[in-house]
Amino acid sequence: MVTSLKEQALEVRPVYRNIHVTQLASYRLPPAGWASILHRISGVLMFLLLPFAIWMFDASLTSEVSFEQFRSLFVAGALGLPGWLWKLAAFALIWAYLFHFCAGVRHLWMDATHSVGLEFGRNSALGAIALSTLLTLVLGAKLFGLF
Amino acid sequence: MATTYGSKRLVVGAHYGLRDWLSQRITAVVMAVFTIAVLAQLLMGGPIDYYKWSAIFGRQWMKVLTFVVIVSLLWHVWVGMRDVWMDYVKSMGVRLGLQALTIVWLVGCAGWAVQVLWRL
Repeated sequence: MVTSLKEQALEVRPVYRNIHVTQLASYRLPPAGWASILHRISGVLMFLLLPFAIWMFDASLTSEVSFEQFRSLFVAGALGLPGWLWKLAAFALIWAYLFHFCAGVRHLWMDATHSVGLEFGRNSALGAIALSTLLTLVLGAKLFGLF
Repeated sequence: MATTYGSKRLVVGAHYGLRDWLSQRITAVVMAVFTIAVLAQLLMGGPIDYYKWSAIFGRQWMKVLTFVVIVSLLWHVWVGMRDVWMDYVKSMGVRLGLQALTIVWLVGCAGWAVQVLWRL
């Protein structure tokens, strides 16, 4: 009797596992979860685009001639890739930087003030996503010449 | 239980936590201060052109800050990418290889950035 109850209890025991990247689509993540995984994705994206960022740092600063090369990249393109694709890469960097920045400030704030409640976690995650999206859209519009 | 210390120590595991946690936050603050410093100088008066942009990085205190940012970036990204590899790559050999590539990639990028800064 005792054993069978025990077995029954074991059968319905829920199993918790870490979410794997491939399972993300089938999970309904809370806002804090979205902030967390996007923080990671934006970080990896910037890691991969680091040489592009340093090239822009190099070309935009070294001389007036290189500054013109920097500008022409987004018009004439380079390495067989058209200008708009480079603009898209710059746009990806802008999003990644802004999101990573906002989510990072959220983390620092939580660490400094011990704001670890459910409500704050949810609201600040939504705030970081909203603010970085807004700034990305404004800078993106500027990048693609909408104003 | 498997032995994970001594000669069997997991060389690509998380064997220290606080040091990484703290250095990631300190470097983050340095980079955030840099971002605000650049933006403030960029948005203050006059159109944004080559002269304004290069003048920002011509100031000695900005050169020093930029150098600190390059080193901070190297350190910050190393901690972050190591976390990513440790979370998603379970094979020790592959993980070690990816960590080695990360170091080469980051040191190469930091070297290039310092070289650019050196010329200014």
